Amino acid sequence: MADNSSAATYEHPAAAHQFESLNHQQEVSILGMWVFLVTEILFFGGLFLTYTVYRHWYPSAFAAASHEMIVWAGTLNTVVLITSSLTMALALHAAQAGERRTLIVLLIATMALGCVFLGVKAFEYRTEFVEGHFPGRGFQFEAAYAPQAQIFFSLYFLMTGLHALHMIIGLGVMAVMLWWSWRGRITPAYASPIEISGLYWHFVDIVWIFLFPLLYLVGRHVH
Amino acid sequence: MSTDHAASSRMYYVVFLVLLACTYLTWQVAYFDLGPLNTLAALAIAIFKATLVVLFFMHARSSSRLTWIVVIAGIFWFLILMTLTATDYLTRNWV
Repeated sequence: MADNSSAATYEHPAAAHQFESLNHQQEVSILGMWVFLVTEILFFGGLFLTYTVYRHWYPSAFAAASHEMIVWAGTLNTVVLITSSLTMALALHAAQAGERRTLIVLLIATMALGCVFLGVKAFEYRTEFVEGHFPGRGFQFEAAYAPQAQIFFSLYFLMTGLHALHMIIGLGVMAVMLWWSWRGRITPAYASPIEISGLYWHFVDIVWIFLFPLLYLVGRHVH
Repeated sequence: MSTDHAASSRMYYVVFLVLLACTYLTWQVAYFDLGPLNTLAALAIAIFKATLVVLFFMHARSSSRLTWIVVIAGIFWFLILMTLTATDYLTRNWV
């Protein structure tokens, strides 16, 4: 705590005392979020690795199993998530410009799109349960591929399930951001909470960008 | 930050449209039988889309060099994970 300069230092109520300035605090928090996202890359990375190994071992079973995916639902969800990334990016833009009303509308839009995504996913899960594609005792598939297809569906439910969990957490984070924006806590000088939540939201979008072709499109060209 | 503020919202829309176009492309390409190129095309498009999201939506483009190091380290470690495992699994039937 250097007292000689503190008089000139800009004091913002959100600035924690260990930082030199609010700017410094924002840079550190953004870096912190990136470090967290790196751990997330490796978290999902393990599953992508498992997928790669099994697909290398059982290419035709994976193609046959992937053929059972509801492609329109996966494509729709890709579009929904990309759109939610746009509204999220625009929300930060509004926060930095101090447009509180636009910020609130865009956060609600982002959350609504997140809910649409989860709704479509729930519909898919339901269909797959009914068709007996959930791994376990009731699993049904062409006899020739059944055991290997079960591996595909295990990975499918694990990867999309973990992704959906991230979406749900993201919705929770967005709810807090909405509350803060509503209360006027988010200002052009203190927009970093929106930026950090946005980083997380975009990351979840990126995971889906890879899940979509790997799970839904693998077997499209085979009949 | 304030100078390119107005321009950046237009940029978001452009990136959004490119991402939509890429989604359409990856979806359509999947219906052609290109052999091993199918996977390659799908991954190339996905990596391109992810790069756009990281650079523009996540502002890596205008981030500090320290952030860049963290991002690149993350990707690098992921590649180590994939490559070293691949040297085992993908080469087992070579002998």
